[in-house]
Parts: sequence; structure tokens; C-alpha cells
Amino acid sequence: MARFIYLDHAATTPVHPAVVEAMLPYFTEKFGNPSSIYSIARESRQALDGARETVAELLGASPSEVIFTSGGSESDNLALKGIAFANRHKGTHIITTEIEHHAILHTCEYLEKRFGFRITYLPVDEYGVVKLDALEVALTPDTILVSIMYANNEVGTIQPIQEISRITKERGVYFHTDAVQAGGSLNLDVDRLGIDLLSLSAHKFRGPKGVGILYARRGTGMWPQQQGGSQERNRRAGTENTAGIVGLATALKLAYDNLEAGNAHASALRDRLVAGISALPGSHLTGHPTNRLPNNASFVFDYVEGESILLSLDMLGIGASSGSACTSSTLEPSHVLKAMGVPIERAHGSLRLTTGRDNTDEDMDYVLAHLPGIVERLRAMSPLAGAETAQTA
Amino acid sequence: MYSELVMEHFSNPRNVGEIPDADGVGEEGNPTCGDIMKMYIKVEDGRLKDVKFKTFGCGAAIASSSMVTEMVIGKTLEEAMDVSNRQVAESLGGLPPTKMHCSNLAADALHKAIEDFRAKQVR
Repeated sequence: MARFIYLDHAATTPVHPAVVEAMLPYFTEKFGNPSSIYSIARESRQALDGARETVAELLGASPSEVIFTSGGSESDNLALKGIAFANRHKGTHIITTEIEHHAILHTCEYLEKRFGFRITYLPVDEYGVVKLDALEVALTPDTILVSIMYANNEVGTIQPIQEISRITKERGVYFHTDAVQAGGSLNLDVDRLGIDLLSLSAHKFRGPKGVGILYARRGTGMWPQQQGGSQERNRRAGTENTAGIVGLATALKLAYDNLEAGNAHASALRDRLVAGISALPGSHLTGHPTNRLPNNASFVFDYVEGESILLSLDMLGIGASSGSACTSSTLEPSHVLKAMGVPIERAHGSLRLTTGRDNTDEDMDYVLAHLPGIVERLRAMSPLAGAETAQTA
Repeated sequence: MYSELVMEHFSNPRNVGEIPDADGVGEEGNPTCGDIMKMYIKVEDGRLKDVKFKTFGCGAAIASSSMVTEMVIGKTLEEAMDVSNRQVAESLGGLPPTKMHCSNLAADALHKAIEDFRAKQVR
């Protein structure tokens, strides 16, 4: 079999070789606990401080505002729970959207069911953009936090973060953004964005899995959610994952030092996919046509189901993902497509292809050569395909 | 995730199609995951002379549909009614627990087709 063509960069990314190299010394020689006093520990501490400075600089923040975590899910949990519990004397209302990642949605459900917080889930339009007037209406004197993702992982749609932060600043409400999918391709300047809290996860931008950050603006009232030692200025206990943290900082810097080139590469390939797939009958692009992540090509196909598309692609050595019910462990179809008003039968036929640095034009040629045949074969098997032609006959 | 046999039936499904002058038609849908199966049968002397299917669904759904047609062509209607979902899954070398419901659809759609045939006879 020819080489595997990986088109699921939104799910995770291969670690950049330079990142692996940067991480290695912290496993074997410089393995010291940053809190210890001797030489090898001081080296670890230095690396940790250096990583924090690097990240802070890339965000336009100060190092004390960067908290290292075990990844995006932990950062989201810390932001939501930390703000909720620290501010419940001021209010118990939280606003988020219908299209957030489960790390946000399930944490909100948890706060609602177990602690009596009130959650408003803002609707989105057919492109997945949050409705700003719905936000204005939803805000009350009881609201303590707004959490809206920077860009969506399934369809790539980018939210109007600056407009949202203008509104939240006016009302004096904390604004958190889950930037896990945006990290590595969109601008992260925290003052430009106007946010108070921001989550990132290293494995989305060619860093290792198991490490992320929560940016928390100075003065943000937030209670720690992991108790123990005094690491991260008493905001998040646990011996620091120095290797992972060095990896995260190295990967983030690599991504942003080469941002334009990286995005141009990914979007050129993505644009080829979109052009080729849009030409297929019964295919529909999902998400905003232009204001979307540069590497995201997400579609729904009439009359065929997502998992069977993925299996067919896998047999040809192509890796992709889908929002169909059959591909989710809970057998629930994509809540994002549902929120965008995609009819449920169509939502089952979803396919997400996300390009990356390792992809080439030849990869796109190969996918575009085989995908039409895959869809045709599955349509020929489908009881739904016949109905259409019968109706039009 | 899937056995070799499931992948074989997914890649090369048996008896895909429709029977325009079918003796019985059965359709089964699963509201949970959205899978839909349609079975067409031709009956001769109390036996299934031909069975064809159309399926909208995942790998397990397509494989289950294919397998059930292979299991019942040539059998009597009674024998076909006895074919259970578990037997379909077992014949495929097993299915992941979350996919067992797909094998349900295949057997159920076939049984509905047989019931449709029988209902027509009564008139």
C-alpha cells in the first residue's frame, strides 16, 4: 500500500521533529522537578520559565497570566468551573453556544445539574456563526461568564470574537474563548481579541498530546480546580510536565513564526478539495464559505452515511472524520450540524477533511480521484437515492 | 474495529439492488443512528428464490444486510423467519457492541418483507 494520507489534522497532528528534539533532554538528562533546589532541577525550572515567556509573548500577555494544564479539556474545565465557583455570589448565569466542544457543553451541563447554575446556549445561523443580538438579549445582571469558541472544530467557522468582547466588556462579564481549534492558525493576541480567558491544546499545532494552556487575564477571579502543591502560582497543582511544556512552547513558536506560509499551504490544498468535491452532485459545503479555518473542508453528502465513507477512504489509505451518528461513541449525530439547521438525514452523510503541513498536491489528486467513486458506490446501494430520481421523473 | 468478514461484506456486498416485481418488500429504519434498510424478496414454492437489499448506513449495516441475504436465499420462509439478529452478527464473526443494533435492522427488514408477502396472500 502507498503511504497513508492523513487528512484529519483537526483531530490531532503529528509532532514536529524540532519539537521532539526540544523535548528529549527533559526526559533523561534534565529530568529534575522544577521545584527542587539542585542543578538539574534549576535547568528544568529555567526551561519552564522560558516556555512560559515564549507563550506569553505569542499571546501578547504577561508570563504570570499563562497557566499550563494537561490540555484543552482541562483548560476549559478550569475556566468554566473556576469562574463559576469564584463568582457565584455575584451571579449564577453562564452563556455559551450550541456548537461548543463537549469539554464546554458537558461542563456547563454539570454546573447546571449538580450546582444549580443557569446556562443559556446561544443559537447559530446556517453557517454556524453566533447571533450577536441573541447574546445581547441573553445577558442579564446575573451573568458571570460568556464562553464562545474562537473557531469550530467540525465546520471551521470563525466567530466574531472582537465584537463579542466589546459587548461583554460593556456589561462587565468575563469572556472565555475555547481557542483549541484556532490555535496554530489564527491570531491569538489577547488584547486585540479582548478576551479574559483562552484555552489552547498543544497537539492541535504539532505539539505533544497531554499539555495545554489556560490564559487568564490578571485580576480574573477564578478558583483552582486541582488542589495540591503550589505550582502555577497556586492556580493548578501538580509537578510540571516540563518536556510537554517545552514541546508546547516550541510548537507554538514554530506555528506562529511561519503562520502565513503554513496557512497558505493548508488553504491552497483545502481549496482544491472544496472545488473538486463541490462539483459532485448532492454535495454541500458546511460552515461559513469564507470565514473559516484555512485547513477545513467539511461537507455533507445526500443519501450516503459518513462511517461508510470513512471506511472506504481508509481502505484506500486515507484518514478523515465524520459527524455521523454511527461514528460517534454515543450514536448521537453532530450537534454542530443540528444547530446549523442541517436536516438530520443529510447530517449523517458528513465528511470532514482537514489539511496540514505534511500534505501535498499529489495527496489531493489521489483523494479527488477516488472520492467520487466512493460516493457513487454507496449511493447505488442506498434506498434513499432512488427516491429522489423517482420524484423528479 | 471490524472483523475481516465484515470488511469483506462491506467491500463486496452480495445481492445489492431492487426487485421491481417483488413478492414482498420490507423496510426498517433505526431512529437512533438513522440507518435505513429495504429488503425485496421473490418467493417460489414457499422458498426465497431471490433477495435483494438497499441500505443507507454504516459498515456494520451494509455488511449485515449483505450477510442476511446470503444466509436465507434458497431457504423456506419459516427458516428465514427464524434467522435472528444474533445469528447474523455471529456469521459476520461478531460486531462491536455499539454496532449490534445494525444487525437487528437486517433481520427485521427481511422478516417484514416475508410478512408483507404473507399479508398479500391472505387477500
